[in-house]
Amino acid sequence: MAQEMYETLDYDVLIIGAGGAGLRAAVEASEGTGLKVGVVTKSLLGKAHTVMAEGGAAASFGNLDAPDGWETHFYDTMRSGHFINNYRTVEIFAKEAPDRVLELESWGAVFDRTPEGRIMQRPFGAHTFRRLCHIGDHTGLELIRTMQYKAIHTNIDVFQEVTMTKMLVQNGRVVGAFGYFRADGRFVLFRARAIVLATGGWGRIYKVTSNSWESTGDGAALAFRAGADLMDMEMVQFHPTGMVWPPGVRGLLVTEGVRGEGGLLRNSEGERFMKTYDPERMELSSRDVVARSIFREVQAGRGTPHGGAWLDISHKGADYVKKKLPGMYEQFLTLADLDITKQPFEVAPTCHYTMGGLRVDAETCATNIAGLFAAGEVACGLHGANRLGGNSLSDLLVFGRRAGMGARDYAKATGQHAAIDESELRQEMDRVLEPFHRQGSVNPYHVHERLQELMTNYAGIMRSGDTLQEGLDKLLELKDEARSMSIGGSRVYNPGWHAVFDVENMLLLSEGIIRSALERKESRGAHWRTDFPDELPEWQTVNFVESFDGQTIRLRREPVNPMPDYLAQLFTYGKAPGLAKSEAGKESQV
Amino acid sequence: MSDEFKLMVWRGDASGGAEVEYHVPAETGMVVLDALHYIEHNLAPDLAVRWNCKAAHCGSCSAEVNGEPKLLCKTRMDQYVGQTVTVRPMKTFPIIKDLVTDVSWNYKVAKEVPLLAPTAPAPFNMQQIDVDRIQEFHRCIECFLCQDTCHVLRDHAGQNKYFGPRYMIKIAEFEMHPMDGVDRVPLLAHEGGVGMCNVTKCCTEVCPQHIRITDNAIIPLKERVADRYYDPIKILLRRLGGKKDDVSEPKTHAVT
Ligand SMILES: Cc1cc2nc3c(=O)[nH]c(=O)nc-3n(C[C@H](O)[C@H](O)[C@H](O)COP(=O)(O)OP(=O)(O)OC[C@H]3O[C@@H](n4cnc5c(N)ncnc54)[C@H](O)[C@@H]3O)c2cc1C
Ligand code: SF4
Ligand code: SF4
Ligand code: FES
Repeated sequence: MAQEMYETLDYDVLIIGAGGAGLRAAVEASEGTGLKVGVVTKSLLGKAHTVMAEGGAAASFGNLDAPDGWETHFYDTMRSGHFINNYRTVEIFAKEAPDRVLELESWGAVFDRTPEGRIMQRPFGAHTFRRLCHIGDHTGLELIRTMQYKAIHTNIDVFQEVTMTKMLVQNGRVVGAFGYFRADGRFVLFRARAIVLATGGWGRIYKVTSNSWESTGDGAALAFRAGADLMDMEMVQFHPTGMVWPPGVRGLLVTEGVRGEGGLLRNSEGERFMKTYDPERMELSSRDVVARSIFREVQAGRGTPHGGAWLDISHKGADYVKKKLPGMYEQFLTLADLDITKQPFEVAPTCHYTMGGLRVDAETCATNIAGLFAAGEVACGLHGANRLGGNSLSDLLVFGRRAGMGARDYAKATGQHAAIDESELRQEMDRVLEPFHRQGSVNPYHVHERLQELMTNYAGIMRSGDTLQEGLDKLLELKDEARSMSIGGSRVYNPGWHAVFDVENMLLLSEGIIRSALERKESRGAHWRTDFPDELPEWQTVNFVESFDGQTIRLRREPVNPMPDYLAQLFTYGKAPGLAKSEAGKESQV
Repeated sequence: MSDEFKLMVWRGDASGGAEVEYHVPAETGMVVLDALHYIEHNLAPDLAVRWNCKAAHCGSCSAEVNGEPKLLCKTRMDQYVGQTVTVRPMKTFPIIKDLVTDVSWNYKVAKEVPLLAPTAPAPFNMQQIDVDRIQEFHRCIECFLCQDTCHVLRDHAGQNKYFGPRYMIKIAEFEMHPMDGVDRVPLLAHEGGVGMCNVTKCCTEVCPQHIRITDNAIIPLKERVADRYYDPIKILLRRLGGKKDDVSEPKTHAVT
């Protein structure tokens, strides 16, 4: 066979991922720095998963509720994360989010307005005050489109539909990344002084999911194989309200904005069941609580015809619903033949977000591999055991920028591009081409379907030591079988071939999820174990960190850093800071 | 509902291709993309089709279904009961493989549109009523179906003369922004080629986001160009008023 060729491209900073985090990082690394910055995305520009975000971006402007401030946002985020978040990450986030949102406004984003002409903010689950800056129910589209246009007008090269399959690390330092163009299967080597990973989460591991096809955890898996640490992998968020019917749209998100705008949840008996689980916050309780409540109602035989709960916004009137939730209105009308301005609809939990991910430094987003930075959903530390709605979009902006700065500073301080180990590249090309030559006939799509089934049944919203162990055994069997995944056709735009690598990445991360879920012998946030139903104080001080040597995943406990006094004090009032200081501030119910 | 759908899917590459017949079991509420996924997962794993969200949010899955430009994830199969469903790639753009086309031309045009240049720093003070009309344009998911449909672009030569409807609304979005300080009228009149549009409204008809591209963006932009270049009284008044879109601004080319 002819020697395989590859193209070599050199960058000072390479950004892998063009979602909100990647684009924000790219702009920061490039603008005014004179550095050569490249961005790689495995789909087209502007289509990344971020585009799907609906409800809004959280920032404590207090445009409607004056007592809001970074302290309250900090308080809400730590509480919802059940205190295993990195406090410093949360502090930076809460303080910087408003500036990042304003920056977006000056780059062309047009948020809905208050009567005073300021940015409108909507209430969301477990946010003390009205805090989510939004444009209707398509805030993610606004964020990514604004960042996309900002990025292409900055001096950045964008490589669309390129999949990276390997991180190249030498002597503990990142030196580049390797992959292929999806359009024709050509190989490409990016040599880089610094790399930012912004590849998003791995929600496609589960059967019922709100995530786009890209969320297969590539970046996390690539970095993990290259020696980076993963943390809190057991923490997977199930959003309470996914669509249920018809089958083809099962899992598709129903934005929390529906409840934010006043939507009510009822069981098959017409009862507002949230009063049993969280009488104070009701529908706007945190996601883990609402998701579990719906799950329990269904288990208790009070589910809707297709196994969910009723959500109803029709009392708000057709005009209001169409104005504030146009996407939801259209989504149900075209895909489910249902008019949400007139009738209630079925919802059930859907896999939504992965809180775990690459362990990074709060200030610079550096991983434990020199020169490798991470931001956005692929990174870990901000959300703890449960992410607050709206905190991801502002996360992308705050830490996308910081990762861009981290990579910029690192690249500037680094000399020449390091030499690349040619034999490593040969091996990688062989590995990537192998599915074409294998004798086996295991279909990668079918492996994916079985993985989703398995993770849903054994390591989903409800877990126990027994189910997790059984799941792990089955997963290891499936992994074995997956070694024979094979594919026909050519290297030209061949989705079946691409699926092989997506599946391999998800198999690795699934094992990571199960192994730390087995170790956390309590229930905390999104992690719900029926054999340990209570949240236990001794686990509040522990993060699980995983590393991988190519064969086995090693798990270790790391202490959660305790908050300094000035932050710890915020939790001593018995109420959220803004509420404690001024009784005039109201809870965010509308 | 019948138990099975018959699809004819165009398969091939730049060198040519043909429609291939597939049979797919029917499921309640399924969309064309579901049927294609069934084919991909079970019958032809190398079938090339773009998609990301399967929720009509990302604009990746554009193609032509029974001759009409559509989002595959938003087009229900049950409207075709008893019919053959033919799926072909967008015609305006070069083929890469099967249903996937090379849409890179659009991204090149995107670079030509000057960004918002605010006349004051954020936070902006803007009333909802003043942003209502531009927010409509912000719903665009860049599916390029309007570009695919526009007859000016469909005849490839037109791609040198006209940015196309998608970029008219992108320009409108900035032009009509209450805080914007850039003058894009010369760009519209020249490189942008707004004059090439003869208001057939075909773009508006196919827009999955229901953006009234022609009425709300293109016609007002055409008026701005006409005001500038063809209305001497307005030009005079504007000069006296010293508005930002003065024709005498150095950036403006001579009118041809
Ligand atoms: C339906 C939905 C609604 C949501 N609503 C909200 C909301 O209202 N508010 C909120 O705060 N959050 C929301 N979220 C969460 C939020 O949208 C995501 O967490 C966030 O967008 C992730 O952004 P990111 O930049 O980290 O990555 P992504 O947007 O996932 O982008 C990942 C990028 O990496 C690229 N990539 C991946 N693998 C590779 C590879 N191997 N090679 C090359 N490139 C690769 C992809 O192509 C893509 O460009 C929502 C999520 C969903 C699913
Ligand atoms: S109205 Fe104009 S832009 Fe739209 S399709 Fe017709 S010619 Fe093209
Ligand atoms: S204007 Fe409509 S049809 Fe055109 S690209 Fe945007 S969403 Fe698609
Ligand atoms: S897949 Fe996103 S619009 Fe169809």
